[in-house]
Amino acid sequence: MNRATLDLWVGVFVAIGLGSLLFLALKVGNLSFASSSAAYLLEAKFDNIGGLKVRGAVKSAGVVVGRVTQIHLDPEAFVAVVSMQIDNRYKFPRDTFATINTSGLLGEQYIGLDVGGDTEMLKEGDSVMKTQSAVVLEKLISQFMFDKAAGDTGDSKTK
Amino acid sequence: MADSKKPKAAPSPQRQRNSLASPRGTGRRAPRLAPERSLLVQFLTHLGHGVTDSLWRLGFAAHFFLAVLLNSGTAFRRFQLTIRETYFSGALSIVIILVSGLFVGMVLGLQGYDTLERYGSSEALGVLVSLSLVRELGPVVAGLLFASRAGAAITAEIGLMKATEQISAMEMMAVNPIARVVAPRFWAGVISMPLLAALFSAMGIFGGYLVGVKLIGVDPGSFWSQMQATVDFREDIMNGVIKSFVFGILISWIAVFEGYDADPTAEGVSRATTRTVVTSSLSVLAADFILTAFMFRGA
Repeated sequence: MNRATLDLWVGVFVAIGLGSLLFLALKVGNLSFASSSAAYLLEAKFDNIGGLKVRGAVKSAGVVVGRVTQIHLDPEAFVAVVSMQIDNRYKFPRDTFATINTSGLLGEQYIGLDVGGDTEMLKEGDSVMKTQSAVVLEKLISQFMFDKAAGDTGDSKTK
Repeated sequence: MADSKKPKAAPSPQRQRNSLASPRGTGRRAPRLAPERSLLVQFLTHLGHGVTDSLWRLGFAAHFFLAVLLNSGTAFRRFQLTIRETYFSGALSIVIILVSGLFVGMVLGLQGYDTLERYGSSEALGVLVSLSLVRELGPVVAGLLFASRAGAAITAEIGLMKATEQISAMEMMAVNPIARVVAPRFWAGVISMPLLAALFSAMGIFGGYLVGVKLIGVDPGSFWSQMQATVDFREDIMNGVIKSFVFGILISWIAVFEGYDADPTAEGVSRATTRTVVTSSLSVLAADFILTAFMFRGA
């Protein structure tokens, strides 16, 4: 086989290979932000984070605006401290409300940011003051059962 | 008695002197023992011989690997040599990778839909298809295909060059056969493997898309968006690329070693080719487990 044809085919091969890698990166991996230069860090404290994981989404009005980067337990207050990276394009007021939500019944858990009305915005390293913990299904059910049982015994006493 | 002890195990001095020659041929069979030796001693001698032999072979392979690395200057200086081999092991593998990637992706689409549908979360099909391909199936299946298509060809080629004394002829002409024959094939394999694995994954995701969205009717918006929300570039895609790179090194190494080490007969070349496919497939699977254990332990 002559050299030019050989080079051409190897060129085609390498181009296809790199092209599919690019496809994986852009279309499948959605490599757009997540670079730390274009993001700022926020912290939020929760009593219970439920099943929230590192790399979980941070959403506002359903739009993904950032990622959870770190989760650890505050050794003094015994609350979970969640660090998240927020895309620089989005600024949130100081009285923003952070909640842990679940997408769908069995889906992943994510942090939802409900925007307040403050004119001052959160900056790098700030803490979100108002938070709401994850809803733990077992607790909810047991509370319901307990209330129900308490109600029943109350009824029988009055009779 | 002393006479019967002498030709026992341990690489013969001749084998040690010519360290890049075949380790086989001499001392392959277990040593003969005097009849009065007990069965236990015989068994232990056999065992020891087997272990020493395989250890020796492993050391020889490692030594050979180093020799290939040290002699790779030519493969890069005269890059045309490597390009030529990339054509044979990489470019000619495109079709088999494309077709099998497409079918694996389509099967994943069908099977994944069948299972996910029971939990009412068929929109997660994109996630299932892409994660299983990018993390595992892409590198591993492409590696297995590459081992049986390109690895076997490399072994057979080098083995036949040895059998027809082309390698010895090169040595006579003061051409280093490792630099001229082995290193370009090795590096071509290392270059080709990650590209082929990426191609396999991309094709598989396309196959999953065809079956899931076009055939079954999963919503294309959630198919892609859930995939994009879950698949991480560094955690998933780059780890897949690293895996395929490691597999490329393993397969190419085993292929060139088995070829260079083959008995210079028709039977020897055929046995070496078989060993290449078996050994490299097994080591790809084993290495996959080890790499996965390190990469995705905490996830």
